[in-house]
Amino acid sequence: MWFLHTPLHDTHREAREARMGLFTDLRDSISRAVDRMFSDSEPKRIGIYGPPNAGKTTLANRIARDWTGDAVGPESHIPHETRRARRKENVEIERNGKTVNIDIVDTPGVTTKVDYKEFLEHDMEKDDAVRRSREATEGVAEAMHWLREDVDGVIYVLDSTEDPFTQVNTMLIGIIESQDLPVLIFANKTDLDDSNVQRIANAFPQHETVPLSALEGNNMDEVYGKIAEYFG
Amino acid sequence: MPEVTPGETGNGVQIDLISGARMEGLTSMEKIRLILDGVRDGNIVVLEEGLSPDEESKLIEVTMTEISPDEFNGIEIETYPQTGGGNKGFLGRLMGKESNKKLTVIGPANQIETLHKDENLISALVSRK
Ligand SMILES: Nc1nc2c(ncn2[C@@H]2O[C@H](COP(=O)(O)OP(=O)(O)O)[C@@H](O)[C@H]2O)c(=O)[nH]1
Ligand SMILES: [Mg+2]
Repeated sequence: MWFLHTPLHDTHREAREARMGLFTDLRDSISRAVDRMFSDSEPKRIGIYGPPNAGKTTLANRIARDWTGDAVGPESHIPHETRRARRKENVEIERNGKTVNIDIVDTPGVTTKVDYKEFLEHDMEKDDAVRRSREATEGVAEAMHWLREDVDGVIYVLDSTEDPFTQVNTMLIGIIESQDLPVLIFANKTDLDDSNVQRIANAFPQHETVPLSALEGNNMDEVYGKIAEYFG
Repeated sequence: MPEVTPGETGNGVQIDLISGARMEGLTSMEKIRLILDGVRDGNIVVLEEGLSPDEESKLIEVTMTEISPDEFNGIEIETYPQTGGGNKGFLGRLMGKESNKKLTVIGPANQIETLHKDENLISALVSRK
């Protein structure tokens, strides 16, 4: 209330108001501290980011199935199958007698371009392809927004058979770093012959790289251990 | 920036080289508008000093909301030196890691194709509209 700051002649009133202001500040800061204490038991919102087709949905489904019994959404070799961010809430992961509670958010692959003609190659009518690409662009915009506002940690999934040194990957990792979010890099598809985990570790030496096959379920013990360690 | 109406460029490709000084006084949204207006006119936009990570994130978000079939299908963006990566080239060492002064090339996705990129050189093929 700006008018309280205009000069008042009643100095007692002024002092009283200043005191009240102090109490209000104190009360606010106590309630913030209490909120924070309770928010420790609130689930952490973990965003699964990465380029299209890296295996984000496969991973999100595996985590959800392993700990809650049901899935997040459809996996597909067609890029942009996940067009809207999907959430699985209250996934409780148990590690070493400790339980971590996370909300997992599966996002569409981040990209700087979407051409509906790419969908036409997957036997789709133009209308359908245009609708899909519109949903995809909305989903990516939403995922970028979430990354700035609404996630507490990031799992960045990469297909380890592909070159990690793309502009989108470096840009996204830079964005995540600038938000000071905890991040784990998952080198997925280690079941494939041309998988190269070291190439990913070399590309992002400042972060921990965890190898896995989300499809085959390989190395999931380490995956859950790291999730508990980083986001617990 | 010298103003050239798109019509006057004929079938050439217009390149906008935008200095750090020009960008300095602008808000994030003004920078993004400047870039996207250029790119949507079919120009290649080169930023002397690049964008902050937050601005890059907003650029992706706004680009997504502007994509429309048969008209605009997004951007291609390359930066120099790459931040976040481990193999920083001599430009990276020269400029220091914390700096976001990275040369940034942005163009329409359907007109620009990166042919080669290493820590000292970006080679891109730009096709006419
Ligand atoms: N070989 C192999 N394929 C995988 C693995 N994870 C995902 N995939 C396949 O990669 C494709 C894309 O997976 P999806 O989870 O939809 O990727 P997203 O676009 O990142 O969500 C699908 O065909 C998956 O079956 C993996 O660990 N190994
Ligand atoms: Mg997906």
